[in-house]
Amino acid sequence: MTSPVVEVSHLRKTYPAAKRGGTPKTAVADVSFQVARGEIFGILGPNGAGKTTTVECLAGLRRSDGGTVRVLGQDPQADPLLIREHVGVQLQEAALHDKITVAEALDVFGSFYSERADPAELLDLLDLTAHRHQQFGKLSGGQKQRLSIALALVGKPQVAILDELTTGLDPAARRATWELVERVRDSGVTVLLVTHFMDEAERLCDRLVVIDGGRVVAEGTPSALIEGLEGDRGVRLRFADDGARERATQLLAALAERDADVTAAVPIGDEIEVTGTRKVLFAVVQELAAADVVPDDVRTLERTLEDVFVQVTGREYRVEENEEVAA
Amino acid sequence: MTAVETTGPVRVNHEGLRFRAFWTLFGTELRVWLREPTGVFFALIFPSLLLLGLGLAVPDFSKPMADAPPPWNEAPGITSYLPTIIALAVGTISLTTMPVQFATFREKGILKRLSTTPMPPQNLIGVHMVINVLALIVSAGAAVVGGMVVLGVPFAADPLVVLLVLVLSTTAMFSLGLLVAARAEKGQTASGLGMLIYFPSLMFSGVWVPLSVMPDWMQEIGLYLPLGAAAQGLTMGWFGNEGFPLAQVLVLAVWTLVLFPLGVKLFRWT
Repeated sequence: MTSPVVEVSHLRKTYPAAKRGGTPKTAVADVSFQVARGEIFGILGPNGAGKTTTVECLAGLRRSDGGTVRVLGQDPQADPLLIREHVGVQLQEAALHDKITVAEALDVFGSFYSERADPAELLDLLDLTAHRHQQFGKLSGGQKQRLSIALALVGKPQVAILDELTTGLDPAARRATWELVERVRDSGVTVLLVTHFMDEAERLCDRLVVIDGGRVVAEGTPSALIEGLEGDRGVRLRFADDGARERATQLLAALAERDADVTAAVPIGDEIEVTGTRKVLFAVVQELAAADVVPDDVRTLERTLEDVFVQVTGREYRVEENEEVAA
Repeated sequence: MTAVETTGPVRVNHEGLRFRAFWTLFGTELRVWLREPTGVFFALIFPSLLLLGLGLAVPDFSKPMADAPPPWNEAPGITSYLPTIIALAVGTISLTTMPVQFATFREKGILKRLSTTPMPPQNLIGVHMVINVLALIVSAGAAVVGGMVVLGVPFAADPLVVLLVLVLSTTAMFSLGLLVAARAEKGQTASGLGMLIYFPSLMFSGVWVPLSVMPDWMQEIGLYLPLGAAAQGLTMGWFGNEGFPLAQVLVLAVWTLVLFPLGVKLFRWT
């Protein structure tokens, strides 16, 4: 059994009051998690939840006020230099001169490390070969982000921390970046992915923690978290004509009355939404089939990590919950 | 917990690696720096251009200084302006180039980004100190050579005094530049603050009113300001007929000793 690559337990960090007489802000109240080698581990939550502070503490960029952090068996709080060689970090904001070229940036960052990845391979992996002589300031958002990832990987790290790497990217660039992160994981690098995008975490992470108000509110694989959701599942039905729809509405309303697995049937627009237990789809199909009312389209309502968030926090998921604590 | 099975982290501290990395960083930063035409113009060319422009355009500057003691009575009038131009070169790099550079590194998160690598961000500041010193050598050297070749300015009477004052002016003014850059969150903020100090400094170092005709009370004040003391000390070293610029040298040393530790202490890396 291998020990975790990253181990955070009861991490706490309070920032002093911004103004004299103001109240100090607790960014991280109590965060614990473990990351195993070779997985993509997500730290998910709204802005201001304490995600960035958490990774800054474990990257040795910030002093915590309490709790312990171990990265590759070392304490980055005691001696940040111990992990610098082995932890690649991609920060939220672009951090290069506008006039430096892609190749120069890779070369200079590579020179900092005793072991370094082959720049040509890295350019290829990140689809930057054609842009290697272009200046940073002239790259597109997606290209900048890919270069930023390349720089996090140039020292052959064992752990890569990627902070909000798809913010500001168009959908195509986001999907391309996700594939890239999977390739990075497949090359043996443990990835710590910080994100406020629910869909990104669901799509990419092998395991994740959901952080809210400086605390871990949920932890597990995305599918286990979604499976574990309480409450109703939903089915949406669409019919070819109004007659069929009205007939179905009556049938399903009656079904909801007598079948414990069906909670309610409500018309929404020109569709009917039926909610109930995990047997609801089965019950609906049987009922309609028996009456020979054939729907045009049936789809089960997708349940996402967003629903998980709503369940564990009791409120809607909004990205801008509160101000991100200034550095 | 057992130790991680695969290659565990080790503190890699090969001096050779560090040394090579520093010079790779230096080479890259120098190349990137040279790609900013306005910055390069002010740091390298502006002082010589001002000297040559005034020397060639203003008739009085090309006439010999008839009432100066020999051998200076045969030197052109622009001669008394050369030490001020050298001070201008120091002031321009330390108050316009440097603060914007450092604050921009902070603004763009470059210092923070380096903090995550084995290369500490202090090295980036160090690299740019070296680049700025080189820029100053080029800038001041071009002014001296240009003044001598094009305008017929005689060389310094006490070159070692000039060099000593130049070194101390550089340490004092670079420390001031570091302090200006220490807290600014944006390049723009540092630029504004730098300019606020730059223009009065130029006045007391004789850029607007030449030192030779500057009123005594202004010279008195100038003596206690880093760039004023620099211009006065450089002038005394160049002409060599008023003795060693002891007061100026002491003023510059004190400014360095006060400003440098303050700049380092207040400097924010994020």
